[in-house]
Amino acid sequence: MLSRRVFVAITAMAAAIGFGSVAQADALGDITARGTIRVAVPQDFPPFGSVGPDMAPVGYDIDMANLIAEKLGVKVELVPVTSANRIPYLQTNKVDLVISSLGKNPDREKVIDFTAAYAPFYNGVFAPADFAATKAEELAGKTIGVTRGAVEDLELTKVAPADTVIKRYEDNNGTISAFLSGQVEAVATGNVVAAAILAKNPPKRPELKFLIKNSPCYIGLSKEQPALLEKVNGIIAAAKTDGSLNAIAQKWLGADLPAEL
Amino acid sequence: MNYHFEFGWLFEYYPQIVKGIAITIQLIAVGAIAGISLGIVCAWVRALGPPWLKPVVAAYVELIRNTPFLIQLFFIFFGLPSLGLQLSELEAANIAMVVNLGAYSSEIIRAGIQATPRGQFEAGASLAMTPFETFRHVVLIPSLQRIWPALSSQVVIVMLGSAVVSQIAAEDLTFAANFIQSRTFRAFEAYFVSTAVYLLLAILLRQVLGMVGWLIFPRRAAR
Repeated sequence: MLSRRVFVAITAMAAAIGFGSVAQADALGDITARGTIRVAVPQDFPPFGSVGPDMAPVGYDIDMANLIAEKLGVKVELVPVTSANRIPYLQTNKVDLVISSLGKNPDREKVIDFTAAYAPFYNGVFAPADFAATKAEELAGKTIGVTRGAVEDLELTKVAPADTVIKRYEDNNGTISAFLSGQVEAVATGNVVAAAILAKNPPKRPELKFLIKNSPCYIGLSKEQPALLEKVNGIIAAAKTDGSLNAIAQKWLGADLPAEL
Repeated sequence: MNYHFEFGWLFEYYPQIVKGIAITIQLIAVGAIAGISLGIVCAWVRALGPPWLKPVVAAYVELIRNTPFLIQLFFIFFGLPSLGLQLSELEAANIAMVVNLGAYSSEIIRAGIQATPRGQFEAGASLAMTPFETFRHVVLIPSLQRIWPALSSQVVIVMLGSAVVSQIAAEDLTFAANFIQSRTFRAFEAYFVSTAVYLLLAILLRQVLGMVGWLIFPRRAAR
């Protein structure tokens, strides 16, 4: 009978290894029992997550982690991750949630689950208030700065009318300088870059005119955790309604949450 | 070597390259003509001009010769708008080329002027020429002839240096190469083509400058 017991043990181990994080019964129960939620956050991607003056992580994602922990009534344990290892941390059960400016795509959806979107992440055309354009067709005859080879360069080149003057700069700094010195009327760039310009309080304030490509950020969690998923989704929905998520967006991105979110 | 060259993109992107070549040629044409003219004026001031003007020109020459061309370009393009002077990227590039070559060529030309034997100035004076007439009719052409090879090299250096104007989105040959590289990811081929074109342009430019020298300098009869 010993051999049979060994066989069962080996099977159980294989199952545990094979299914990885799925093996944990109820993540929400574990978090409540532990009194701590472990959250993977970025530390090299401002304004979502960076190291503050006191060496503690700060940013949009950290505020989001604190908000969720507060609503769950547990303490938060921030785990710094890189964009390459954030999903493996979740799969090997080192963290309960990944709040790390994570975009959703079919490949990722095969291995982890996603909550509702919690942060805007998009490319668009940004310009001061007096620049009139609400869609690509209205860019005709205007001068737009863009970083050469970036996604927004490729997309804008496709959708802009033929007589749009597109100035392509070497990097984001060139694009920002061209905008601030008035060499271009508008820039096509990401909302994070626009937020970085806004943070410097320039005389020309880049406001979103229209979206080029939208890929908001989602919170990642292990598969088969309906209780945790539902709970976090509830917290996100409530935070959108009561304005606390908008306050985080204003604080870190300098702009209101877009209506689509 | 296991690299497979792929030049198919040339058919799609050659208008960009042609436009880039045209802009590079335009930059060096304006740069060389206006830059050498500015250099002659500055060299005259420093060698023979009014004493009160000498420090001004010296300051300009030292400022330009001791700062990077790229920074001069950024100063004109990104900096001057703050003072209310908004220039397009081509205007900024042309001005930067002229200002840069003007400073370097003035030092080369000054060397030519200072190598003129004193007797030639005295000869001019004894023929009742004013100092400016002496400079114009006696000194200038032989001075230029003395330093023409060095000046030609400097013009070629500035032409090759014009590659950095792509940094302010002026669509020269380097911009075309970078643009094609970012669209096709064929970096080796894009820079291969641009290298060949620059080499060709530099050789052509030397020929043209040699021709100009042949036309403007007196040729001694063969002995």
